[in-house]
Amino acid sequence: MISIQSLSKSFGGVKAVNGCSFDIEQGTITGLIGPNGAGKTTLFNMIAGAFAPTSGKIIYQGQDVTGLRADQLFHKGIVRTFQIPHEFERMTALENLMMVPPGQNGENLFRTWFSWAGVRNQEREVRKKGEEVLEFLQLTHIRDELAGNLSGGQKKLLELGRTMMTEAKVVLLDEPGAGVNRTLLAKLAEMIKQLRDERGYTFALIEHDMDLIAHLCDPVVCMAQGAVLCQGDFESVRSNEEVLEAYLGSSAHQETEGKA
Amino acid sequence: MEGLINFGILFLTMAGIYGILSLGLNVQWGFTGMLNVGIAAFFAVGAYSSAIVTSVGDLPHWGGIGAPMIIGFAAAMIVSGIMAFFVGLITLNLRSDYLAIASIGIAEIIRLVLKNEEWMTGGVNGFTGISGKFNNIFDGGHALLYMIMVMVVLGIAYFLCERAYKSPWGRVQRAIRENEIAARAMGKNSLSFRLQSFVLGSAIMGLGGAVYTHFTGFISPEAFDPLLATFLIWVMLIAGGSGNNKGAILGAFIIWGVWSGTEFITSSILPADMATQGAYLRVLFIGILLQAILLTRPQGLLPENAPQPDKD
Ligand SMILES: Nc1ncnc2c1ncn2[C@@H]1O[C@H](COP(=O)(O)OP(=O)(O)OP(=O)(O)O)[C@@H](O)[C@H]1O
Ligand SMILES: [Mg+2]
Repeated sequence: MISIQSLSKSFGGVKAVNGCSFDIEQGTITGLIGPNGAGKTTLFNMIAGAFAPTSGKIIYQGQDVTGLRADQLFHKGIVRTFQIPHEFERMTALENLMMVPPGQNGENLFRTWFSWAGVRNQEREVRKKGEEVLEFLQLTHIRDELAGNLSGGQKKLLELGRTMMTEAKVVLLDEPGAGVNRTLLAKLAEMIKQLRDERGYTFALIEHDMDLIAHLCDPVVCMAQGAVLCQGDFESVRSNEEVLEAYLGSSAHQETEGKA
Repeated sequence: MEGLINFGILFLTMAGIYGILSLGLNVQWGFTGMLNVGIAAFFAVGAYSSAIVTSVGDLPHWGGIGAPMIIGFAAAMIVSGIMAFFVGLITLNLRSDYLAIASIGIAEIIRLVLKNEEWMTGGVNGFTGISGKFNNIFDGGHALLYMIMVMVVLGIAYFLCERAYKSPWGRVQRAIRENEIAARAMGKNSLSFRLQSFVLGSAIMGLGGAVYTHFTGFISPEAFDPLLATFLIWVMLIAGGSGNNKGAILGAFIIWGVWSGTEFITSSILPADMATQGAYLRVLFIGILLQAILLTRPQGLLPENAPQPDKD
């Protein structure tokens, strides 16, 4: 579905991503792990078009999409969340969601002036959808709260909620679990699986929570210093010597071993 | 008593004109967060455009077309809008602070053109032959009618801005203002939206210029100096509450009240040869007033309130 081909990105002297290649297959939930600063978020930023790579290619559905803008990629079905919540602060939680659906009639200024009734009808549908998402995320009580006033975890959920407001093909989730409570997280994991199974979504998700990775992701790709260290199913990645050394460490190894 | 009524008519007309300008700025800054510090450029281009198409007679500069006032208003909006389109195309992918600098430059260029291109604008001597001059209260009620018309124009501008604000269009603009990267990630072509907002705001400023032209019946580059035609409008919007269309209008009325009130005071207290110092004092006073408002009401008199889609 997405093929990442020797992608690199430098910021001044820092090579954040350095010759990274791997594929995200259709219908998978691909996990992306690796130490802090490995370049995972930078990779997402390039796939989603936040900035162009210094070199390398991104092929999506057989098409070279390197360097397309974020909004163009969104319309091709690539939707992402941000690791650090990018909420619209002085807009309500509901508005944060309602702005997402593409091609709303009321985004055309002349329609808002001269065919308000049609715009309003569509607004009702969009609002209903937004309220459903809020309910699923257990955020109904903060519907009209300004997003800037929400707690860290609530902002994180709102991030996720935005991806639920559109029909996506590929969803890139950057640490969706960070700061979210356990019961809700289990529910989110179920939702992710369900969207994959029933609607054929493809997911790529960055996580430091190995339980979530183990539960959801196959395959798992481990990055270090801007490149792929190893990939495969969770077990094989977890027991890979290099991964242990660079990221999980032997204690983490024992810990997950103990739990398994 | 009659003097008071007359003063009231002229005051309301000018405040209404500033209300229109302030609404235009609210679209750009209040909705979208674009820092336009060259309001004077769009204000002036609107004023001159309307003057050119509506003026009558054999003039030493452009004009003499003699079109009706309503055509003048339309021409003002179109020309200011087109200018904003090209200015926006060049500057809107700049960061917001660069847009501010670029817009100052554009206002300065426009001012120089108005001053120096006499064949077109009449230069420093001003533009003559404008049809309509409605600031004369002894002119059989025309000033009153004009004031009413200004209020109607202001009302229409308010209605269009308010609907734009509450629509999905306005929601995207605010999202861009809050976090452009996220707005793009959510599929919104932020450049196109920003350009639309810039053009709309500038067209409204141009309309304000046209309304001003027919009020005074005479325009010259002096009328569009940055103090009166940019700074004051910013103060109005910030004091009234940016992001709030009612606030934009309220700010215009209050600040224009203070501005014209202080003129009265400085000119009656200070000796005539200190008129220049008087002007400084008024600016100082407006500055202090703005500080006081922002200290007590950081978001202005009428803060933005995020629309809550109504239940049905
Ligand atoms: N916009 C930027 N400007 C400069 N350097 C950057 C920028 N974005 C990322 N970097 C650098 O690139 C490297 C990789 O960062 P990145 O955010 O991709 O790491 P990550 O794998 O997501 O880490 P974490 O697990 O901590 O989120 C870091 O050294 C970071 O400092
Ligand atoms: Mg990261």
